[in-house]
Amino acid sequence: MDGLRRHKSMFLLPGLLTLFLIIIFPLLFTIRVSFSGWNVSSPRMDFIGGANYTAMLDDSRFWASITRLILLAGGTVLIQYVIGFGMALLVWREVRGRRLWRVLFLVPMMTTPVVMAAIWQTIFHESLGPVNDLLGMLGLTEIPWLTESGPALFALMTVEVWQWTPFMFLLLLAGLLSLPKEPFMAAAIDGAGTWRTFWKVTFPLMAPVSVAAVIIRLIEASKLSDSVYVLTSGGPGSATETPGYYLYIQGLRDQQTGYSGAMSLTYLVLMIVTLTVVAALLTRAFKLKGDS
Amino acid sequence: MRSRLYPVFKYTVIALWACFVAGPFFWAMTTSFKNANAVQGGPTYLPWAQYEPTLTGWRNIFGGAGGVDVIDPFVNSAIVTLAASAISLALGSLAAYALSRYRFRLGFIKNSDIVFFFVSQRIMPPVVLVIPFFYLLQWGGLLDTIPGLVIVTVALLLPIAVWVMVDFFNGIPREIDEMAMLDGCPPFQAFVRAILPNSLPGLTVAAMFCAVFGWNDFFFAFRLTFTEVQTLPQAVVALNSSIPPWWTLSAAALFGVAPLILLALWVERLLSKGNLSGAVR
Repeated sequence: MDGLRRHKSMFLLPGLLTLFLIIIFPLLFTIRVSFSGWNVSSPRMDFIGGANYTAMLDDSRFWASITRLILLAGGTVLIQYVIGFGMALLVWREVRGRRLWRVLFLVPMMTTPVVMAAIWQTIFHESLGPVNDLLGMLGLTEIPWLTESGPALFALMTVEVWQWTPFMFLLLLAGLLSLPKEPFMAAAIDGAGTWRTFWKVTFPLMAPVSVAAVIIRLIEASKLSDSVYVLTSGGPGSATETPGYYLYIQGLRDQQTGYSGAMSLTYLVLMIVTLTVVAALLTRAFKLKGDS
Repeated sequence: MRSRLYPVFKYTVIALWACFVAGPFFWAMTTSFKNANAVQGGPTYLPWAQYEPTLTGWRNIFGGAGGVDVIDPFVNSAIVTLAASAISLALGSLAAYALSRYRFRLGFIKNSDIVFFFVSQRIMPPVVLVIPFFYLLQWGGLLDTIPGLVIVTVALLLPIAVWVMVDFFNGIPREIDEMAMLDGCPPFQAFVRAILPNSLPGLTVAAMFCAVFGWNDFFFAFRLTFTEVQTLPQAVVALNSSIPPWWTLSAAALFGVAPLILLALWVERLLSKGNLSGAVR
């Protein structure tokens, strides 16, 4: 028994300790620094109580970025799920050029987000970019994509959908390919049409994969900041700012380390709570459906 | 019930989405062969017909005058990605194997909680970690070095490796390890001789995810390495300054994502062979 115990730990501990050691210092540092007045003019670990936290409560720019992130992440992940599932269904079975479509639809998730965001910035360029050129050809008015808040948000969402729908596509197509054949035969014998088969057979069978894919994407989307940095720099004004990007401005550009520490922790806790609740709700919703 | 219009609808939707997906690559490709005049003259798409193609952009990224060198960043990116992926896969599959085969109990902490601890590290926004990492690496003299970047990248990749491999090992019958151990293999040898050879599909999937997320990481490299070690995403984003030379930017971007596009071909093979289904359960 003692030998087994030693072996168990020998397998688990290297990985567990590595991750723990890499993560624990940043976490403790952030907690401690959030109670200090560490900033660019006095980079010291003093103690100022909860002053950073009270300041944060009044920081409407921070709270606006949190709300924006929730809407952006929720909205884009939903769109990614619908399109990703749709495309996976279209290239799942007999379709001409199946392998070509599959490869093509996977490519964006492989490519570097910041690099592609830089390309997207040229695409959305007001006078030299192809989007306004296309709009002009269609006889529509040109849109100042990156310098007006509504269009800038739309551009950011477009980039996110382009980049990450393939991830949904990958997980959902892999899920579809591993489904058993029998339920579909049964549905065909019952004479169920395409639409009915989808809602009665495919969708319920895909529920576990769907929930997993949506949760993974929400986790990744909650960190959104790199593409914001490259595409819009949070602008115009702070119209496309996410907490990640605002923290970058406060903590790294302006070096308000103490204050950004307080916001970092709040952001982290809010995201963990929100994601846990969403994950629990999704899991329960689909379990209930399975029982009925 | 199938309407005759259904195929038309189907291929139209596929074609539209394909255009959207391929659009940015096409635009980057065509822009990379332009010069300043061709870019400033407004959007054009077809070389020869609409503008005279040049190789300026492509020359610039391979050390041409006034350009950047992408070879060194490419090598750095490759080293960091390979090292961090290898470490994460090794540590991750060992841990995942333990979590799949043995029961751990420490107070209220069970196996599923340990798995959750690993996977939950993906929630950590890099911007939260990067300031403490800066001081940590500075203290260890690892700022702006490849080992420093590898260490922090492991924190990004290890959760992915554990997540993929736990599911995968759960799908391998326990009889395989038991038979190996009955033959007198100690557990570690049983793992190496009996389990690893059967885990190649899972390991390739995990390796693919690690490689993609390692290669594509920007933020850690951006704040923790500066002049000595520049990674490819850093080098490309540095070109995206106030008046970007679009041709160089496009060429560098295509050069930076080319290995990943090749990887997509390989992922599609895995997918069609059904090797990915284990990873999504």
